[in-house]
Amino acid sequence: MITLGPDEMARYPFLAESGAYLRDAGFTLEQFGTDPDLRRLLDGAEERVMAAARGEARRAGGAGALSGDAATFEVFSFLLAVVLLRMAGRPSLVRRFALREAMEAERRLEQDLRHIVPGRDAASAAGGRRRSGEKELAARIVGSLTGVRIVASGDDAASGATFAVPVADYVERSGRFHEREWKLVNRGVSAGLVRLTAHEAIRLVRAELGNHISSSILSAKAPPVPPGLEGPVGRLSAYADRHFPRPVAPKDAADPPCVKHAAAVLERGENLPHSGRFLLATFLLRRGRSVEQIAPLFRNAPDYSERVTMYQLNNLATKDGTGYSCPSCDKVRGQGLCFATPECDGIVNPVQFGTRAAAPPGGG
Amino acid sequence: MVGAPRSAGMREFGYQRFNSGMVRHLSLRTAGELRVMLVQNAVSDAYCSSGYYNFPDLPMADKDWQGADLVFDIDSKDLALPCRAGHTVLKCAACGAPFLPPDGAGEGPAACPGCGSPRHDSRSLPCRDCVAGAKKEVAKLLRVLGEDLAVLPEDCAVYFSGNEGFHVHVDDERFRGIGSGARGEIADYVAFRGAVPERFGMARSGAAGLPEAGEAGWRGRVAAALLGPKSARPRLVREAKAAGYGAFAARLAGLQPSLGARIDRNVTTDVHRIFRLPGSLSGKSGLAKAPCGRDLDGFDPYRDACLVDGDPVDVVARSPVRFRLRGRGFGPYDGEAVTVPRFAAAYMICKGLATAPPRPPAPAPR
Repeated sequence: MITLGPDEMARYPFLAESGAYLRDAGFTLEQFGTDPDLRRLLDGAEERVMAAARGEARRAGGAGALSGDAATFEVFSFLLAVVLLRMAGRPSLVRRFALREAMEAERRLEQDLRHIVPGRDAASAAGGRRRSGEKELAARIVGSLTGVRIVASGDDAASGATFAVPVADYVERSGRFHEREWKLVNRGVSAGLVRLTAHEAIRLVRAELGNHISSSILSAKAPPVPPGLEGPVGRLSAYADRHFPRPVAPKDAADPPCVKHAAAVLERGENLPHSGRFLLATFLLRRGRSVEQIAPLFRNAPDYSERVTMYQLNNLATKDGTGYSCPSCDKVRGQGLCFATPECDGIVNPVQFGTRAAAPPGGG
Repeated sequence: MVGAPRSAGMREFGYQRFNSGMVRHLSLRTAGELRVMLVQNAVSDAYCSSGYYNFPDLPMADKDWQGADLVFDIDSKDLALPCRAGHTVLKCAACGAPFLPPDGAGEGPAACPGCGSPRHDSRSLPCRDCVAGAKKEVAKLLRVLGEDLAVLPEDCAVYFSGNEGFHVHVDDERFRGIGSGARGEIADYVAFRGAVPERFGMARSGAAGLPEAGEAGWRGRVAAALLGPKSARPRLVREAKAAGYGAFAARLAGLQPSLGARIDRNVTTDVHRIFRLPGSLSGKSGLAKAPCGRDLDGFDPYRDACLVDGDPVDVVARSPVRFRLRGRGFGPYDGEAVTVPRFAAAYMICKGLATAPPRPPAPAPR
C-alpha cells in the first residue's frame, strides 16, 4: 500500500488510493450531475475522455506540486472519467483513455525519477526531502504496479544511464520495442543489471501502466446512470460508435492459435509488437483477405494511424509483386508469439495450420 | 548414475525405445519411478523437460507451464571446424553402406560408391579438436553468464550432451519464469548477436566514446579485441575513426563468432523442450550425458562419458574413420568381423557403423 498526499494523488490518480479519496469526500454521483459547483468536475472528466479519444496529449500539471484546487480537479476529473467510461461501456474509449493516462503517468514518473541522485544520500541531495520523496514514490509505484525494481546506479558514460533494472525484468519487456538499441546486447549490462536512463526505465514499463489503468477501469463497478450524467455518457457513447466500430477478428477453427492470439491482443486494445502485426497481416493476406478487410483489425492498436496502417499493409501485399511471406513457426516461437496447441504438431509455418498431420516430437 | 532431477514431479519425462518413436508427456515423482520407467521400457534414450508444469502429464496446452531452466546448447557440428570433413561418414540410404565423402564435399551431395544412390545421411565421429572447440564456446558462455548476468557458478551445470557437444543448464530463479522471447534476447546477448556500432561509440556522424579495455560487458571485450593492447590503442583508435562507420560495423560483425558463444538459439528459446536426462546414454553414440564438474578442461567425454563396460564382444564393423575411446584407437574397419570392447561396439552400432555378427544357422530339425 502506497500512502499518498493530495498532490501525489493528483499526479498518479490511477492508484487505488485515489478511489478512497472520492469516497472520503462524501459526494454522490447525482451531485456531480446536478450541483452547479461540482458540474465543472464532470465537464472536466468528459473532456478528459474526449481528448484521449481524439488522440490529444494531456499536459495537466508540470514538474512542480499542483495547487490545492488543481490537485482536486485532477483527482476528481480522473475518477469521474472512469465512472463515465464504465457507464458508456465502450472498450475502445477505455483503451484510448488508458493509453493517454499511461503516457501522462510516464511523463510524471520520469520527472520524479530524475530526482534520484545516484551515489548520494537522498535526504542531502539537491532539492532535499521533497525530491527524495518523489524519487522513492516513483520507484515504489513502478515496483508496485509492474514488479520491476529500478535502482540508482553510477553514471554509464557510454549511454548516459544512471539507473538499472534486473536483466530478467528487462528482457521480459524490451521485446516490445523494435529499435535495435533496445536489444540487450546493445545495453550496458553488468552484475545482472541493465543500465537505463530515467526515460528508458519508465518507457520500459509503459505497456504495464496502460494495462493497469485499463484493468482498473474495467474492473470498476458500472453503476446505473444517474440524472445529470445522461448527457456526457450519451455523447461519449455516440462518439465511440461513430469513430471506433468493432472489427471482426479471426476466430475460426481454421486459424492457428498464434494468429488468434495476435488478433485478440489487438481487439483488447493492447500493444501488439511489430512482429505480431507482421504475422497477423501476412497470414491473412496469404489466406486471401484484402488489405481493406485487414486494416480495421488494427484500429484498436494504441498507436493506430489509418494512413500508416494502409501504407504498411499495401507494402506487405505488393512487395516486389509477390508479397511478404508469413513468418515460420520457428521465427514466431523465437519472437514469443507462439501459443502452440496439439493441432500445430507437424507444421513449420502458420499458413499450414489444419493442413498437416502430426509428426513425432524431437528433443535433446 | 541416472537420478531424478530437482523438482522431478513438475517436469515432463519422455523416452525412445530402440527403432521406435518418442513417448512423451510422462510424469514421474521419484528416482524409483524413473528407474522403473527405464527398466520396464528398455529405453534407448531418456528425456526430461527443462520446463516445470503443474500437470506435466497432460497435453502441452493443458500442462500449465510454470517456468523453465535456462538452457544453452553448444554443438561442435555448428562450429564449422576444418577437422569435421576428416571424420564425417556418409551412409547410403539405399544400400546402407557407409562411405567417406569425396574430397571437399563434406556433408553435401555425393553418390554411394557401391550402388550409386545420391541419397545418404551423415554421421560424425567427433575428434579431440571438436571437443576442444566446443569447450572453448562453453568457457565463453560461462564467462558472460558470470560477469554480465551474475549467474553463480553453483547455479550452472555443464554436461557433455552425449554426442557432439555440451548442454549448460542454468538453475537460477531470476530467469525461471521468463518467456521464449526474453530467452532469445539472452541467447543473442551471450552470442554477441545484433550489436550496433552506436553502442560502441561509433555513430554515422563520427566516433565519440569508443570503448576502453577495462569497461564491463561487451564494450570492454570489444575494446580488447579491436582497440587493444594499450600501446597500440592510439593508433588503432585513429584508424578506426578514419575508416568510419561502415568499416567499424563490418569489424563488429566479424567479431561475433570469436567473441560470442556459438549456441543454438532455438534450444534456448524453446521453453517446452525435453533434453536428454543427465546420466543417461545417448542412442546416437552410446556415450552418457555426463556432468563435466568444475574442471571443464580436464573433462574428456571419450573417457569420462564412456560408461559401457569393456568386455570383448564380436561385431561386423564398417567404420571408414578411426576413432578413440578410453585412450584406445579403433578402426578403420571395412566390413570385417572384429572383437572389440563393448563400449567401442556400442559406439559404432549407435553410429550405424557396425552390426551384430550373423547368428549361426539353427540346426535342421530331425
